[in-house]
Amino acid sequence: MTTPLLPREHYLNIRYGIASWLLTKDHKRIALLYLIGITVFFVLGGAFAVLIRLELATPAGDMVSADTYNKLFTMHGVVMVFFFLIPSIPAVLGNFLVPMMIGARDLAFPKLNLISWYIYMLGGIFTLWAVVVGGVDTGWTFYTPYSTAASNTNVVATGLGVFITGFSSILTGLNFIVTIHRMRAPGLTWFRLPLFIWAHYATSLIQVLGTPVIAITVLLLALERTFRIGIFDPALGGDPVLFQHLFWFYSHPAVYIMILPSMGVVSEVVACFSRKTVFGYSFVAFSSLAIAVFGFLVWAHHMFVAGMSVYAAMVFSFLSFAVAIPSAVKVFNWTATLYKGAIWWQAPLLFVFGFIGLFTIGGMTGLFLAALGLDVHVHDTYFVVAHFHYIMVGGAIMGYMAGLHFWWPKMFGRMYPEGWAKFAALVVFVGFNLTFFPQFVVGYLGMPRRYHVYPEEFQVLNVMSSAGASILGVGYLIPMVYFIWSLRYGKVAGPNPWGATGLEWTTQSPPLTENFTVTPVVNEGAYEYSKRETRVV
Amino acid sequence: MWSGLPLFPEQASTVASQVDNLYFFLVALTLVFSVLIAGLMVFFAVKFRARNTAQVGAPITGSVPLELLWSIVPFGISMVIFAWGATVFFTIARPPDETINIYAVGKRWMWKFQHIDGQREINELHVPVGRPVKVTITSEDVIHDLYFPAFRVKADAIPGRYSTVWFNATRPGEYHLFCAEYCGTQHSGMTGKVVVMEPAAYQSWLSGGVGEMSLAARGQRTFQDLACHTCHMEDASGRGPSLVNLFGSQVKLADGRVVTADEAYLRESTLNPQARLVAGYQPLMPTFQGLVNEEGLMGLIEYIKSLQSAQNAR
Amino acid sequence: MSDSASAEASAGRHHAALQHQFDTMEQQQESATLGMWVFLVTEVMFFGGLFMAYLLYRVWYPAAWADGSRELDILLGGVNTVVLIGSSLTMALAVRAAQTGFPRATVNWLLATMALGGVFLVIKVFEYAHKVELNHVPGPNFVFEGPHARQVEIFLSLYFAMTGLHALHMVIGFGLLSVIAWMAYKRKFSPEWYAPVEMSGLYWHFVDIVWIFLFPLLYLVDRAH
Repeated sequence: MTTPLLPREHYLNIRYGIASWLLTKDHKRIALLYLIGITVFFVLGGAFAVLIRLELATPAGDMVSADTYNKLFTMHGVVMVFFFLIPSIPAVLGNFLVPMMIGARDLAFPKLNLISWYIYMLGGIFTLWAVVVGGVDTGWTFYTPYSTAASNTNVVATGLGVFITGFSSILTGLNFIVTIHRMRAPGLTWFRLPLFIWAHYATSLIQVLGTPVIAITVLLLALERTFRIGIFDPALGGDPVLFQHLFWFYSHPAVYIMILPSMGVVSEVVACFSRKTVFGYSFVAFSSLAIAVFGFLVWAHHMFVAGMSVYAAMVFSFLSFAVAIPSAVKVFNWTATLYKGAIWWQAPLLFVFGFIGLFTIGGMTGLFLAALGLDVHVHDTYFVVAHFHYIMVGGAIMGYMAGLHFWWPKMFGRMYPEGWAKFAALVVFVGFNLTFFPQFVVGYLGMPRRYHVYPEEFQVLNVMSSAGASILGVGYLIPMVYFIWSLRYGKVAGPNPWGATGLEWTTQSPPLTENFTVTPVVNEGAYEYSKRETRVV
Repeated sequence: MWSGLPLFPEQASTVASQVDNLYFFLVALTLVFSVLIAGLMVFFAVKFRARNTAQVGAPITGSVPLELLWSIVPFGISMVIFAWGATVFFTIARPPDETINIYAVGKRWMWKFQHIDGQREINELHVPVGRPVKVTITSEDVIHDLYFPAFRVKADAIPGRYSTVWFNATRPGEYHLFCAEYCGTQHSGMTGKVVVMEPAAYQSWLSGGVGEMSLAARGQRTFQDLACHTCHMEDASGRGPSLVNLFGSQVKLADGRVVTADEAYLRESTLNPQARLVAGYQPLMPTFQGLVNEEGLMGLIEYIKSLQSAQNAR
Repeated sequence: MSDSASAEASAGRHHAALQHQFDTMEQQQESATLGMWVFLVTEVMFFGGLFMAYLLYRVWYPAAWADGSRELDILLGGVNTVVLIGSSLTMALAVRAAQTGFPRATVNWLLATMALGGVFLVIKVFEYAHKVELNHVPGPNFVFEGPHARQVEIFLSLYFAMTGLHALHMVIGFGLLSVIAWMAYKRKFSPEWYAPVEMSGLYWHFVDIVWIFLFPLLYLVDRAH
């Protein structure tokens, strides 16, 4: 095989200069603008996490003051949820790949796409400003009346940042929905779509339907805090629990915004590195939609101890179990895909293995929380913290890493160093488990969340967790280094280094600005590996 | 495993073992499924490792029977867990009829407990072993949560309303109590202990108090101080309804609804009298918001509970 | 693609307003319309949160809701309702004019819509000013005589939040229509490409429909006697 050369002209070198980036309408360049933004926020959120874990290595509050600690976990949550996890895969990989995977030249609304990025950055700047001028200490959940009447930190500024960035999420979802409906290449019927597209379609539905509700919730919060109007104030007959309903009506579906795109990545990677179509394609496709729909029906499982009737609690508990089933179906289908595959042990697949294992544990621990009698004990303890970090970090971020590695050659025309990537995957996996598994135990023992100081008997488990966090941090730094290295020194990748199916792999790497010089015509399913001998080029 | 490293708190209430049993079942289930999936994954990845980059996988697309199997079986298991959890929850959510009643007020950043007999405690709660205890909780400011890990129960303390948590402690000893809803600077300092005592020790603790008035007696004093008695006469001849035998009874409201006169009703009627106006009475009662605090309200409620006419006295 | 494209299709492919990501004007028009419908769904969810809060508190405090509603000027609210429905009519006529290739009529109907929208906003300003005068604005200066004063304050909070958000959408719509009117004046629209007018129409009708819900829910509580 001849060593490939970088194409002469591609979307990165077609035009130079800062204006060509800041005024671009190319979905691929916008994806990279997002990549820079979310990486900055990931580092910031990670820095907060490091400080939290350092403080929690000892039972006493000896590193930072109580107020500072409360700001640290609040800002860790706000930054990670709203500025890293929710945008991450859709804004970076989704923006880059959705048009390419369906054979289009760009998204339906390229200018809207650029505006979405500016909105994201504007919201981010508001939040960064809130951090710089003193932070916010309400918890990322902003519960009233603490956030409206008691906290004397920058609640409104942070809320405004979240409000603004929410529109970025809405507009991205809108763009994807219209694109997927209207711009598929000839012959690309719904059931020939890559599962990555199904996942992003389902995610977009949630973004479009759910995000406006957090917008109005944050707006009401800001109005009450600024003008003391009393919608959530019990002294006026207002209902502080109403805030929780409005907040979780979005924030529960939000967790599916965070995980569904990752699941889309997993489907693509499993298919490619097993050289086999995803087992039960239509079941995996429909499960994405089922998760999106059911995800809107379970929000009050965050509120089982807030005083709801036993019967209301039972309804939400039942639905919470129901929403777990489509996710289980996916896990089984991915595992079955490996059966009689031709498994190619590359870094993307290793990250996906991490995803499947850790998401299974995270998902099963969700059942603990859905079970009413058990939730009473573990609600608001570290058990919950461990559960959602298994899903978000062990799941979503692993999927994001898998996707970055898988499509890096397409995005930049160069390979990352495979040996280092495998090593990073291992370090992340070990560090992750050491950080978060002890939190299940210490949570069941009764250690509540958001505690700056804690009883001495919880120290051993906390030290384990903090030690793991340092390993996990290193595990995330390694790819940052070699990805940047690879931009200059990585092996040239060629159009399809993985021999993968998918329209994006039929183009040069990096692609042309318009992706396809001729609109492709599709006449087969998404993962027809077994029908042909796929050569690695 | 690790000598002395506990994996779950002491089981110190009647419901603790029920909760733990469900927990252990779920731990086992998680272990089974995680090992199954991880094991299969690794096994397939090794057994079907590609020998060269041109090899492709077998042309298998799916299997509807398998899909049904691994949808229906997990759903069935989920329903078992749901039913089990709901059953335990019914026990947790429904206190027995006869309980020792204690009032708790959370405020930033302490827990104030009031016993019926008059003892007040801060961040410490003395209870007898083997008897059901019901704690009626509210908050003076933001949302808190009263959590007893050893009893496996918690409930949010919400300003403006009452919530309850109940337990039946089974082992004497001292156990943690925590605030489990973030409430500001000293959230992690809002902790204390619940002291479970043998009956004899509890009795002597009760009587060893500093000659405190019972909660109902304190409430009676408040009732006089705030001049409630000028409208709420015992013989119902006043401008307001009589409060004798009121607690627990059904009350007909001016708008036709019928409500039960429980603690929440009494509290609301003091702070927002026209919200649920009693049928046949004029909306004359002023609000006492700001004139009586949460603990005062609890005293009033206990006093009103004690107003039983001779034939109804229990 | 084959060369045997119909004249209409090839006109669609080479239209001056065809954006590079689309293949035909028809695809572009359909995408724009679908996009606006999706956006309107997000708006429904946005207002939905406020409607939920309204619903909860109305069930809890029916008497306060009646008291608060009676404080609103039913005549002004009614006039505003008629004005807004009228503006939806003029908007629909503007879309029709654009669709059938009458640019001057398009501009005129758009201006009429804007005028009626302006009337609505002016009336709203009067209503709000009156509320300020009476100290009925929730917050530290709120004063209300009546047994349910506190809950009336919640009613009025929702009144201001809901009508305020609605008015903000009208102001945005006003700005949008002025841009569209300018584009129509500059003859940018034709039967092949009038999507911006149609999209603005959808937005304007949505804002109208929100008011159709707000008016009875806020102004007409317990007015039957």
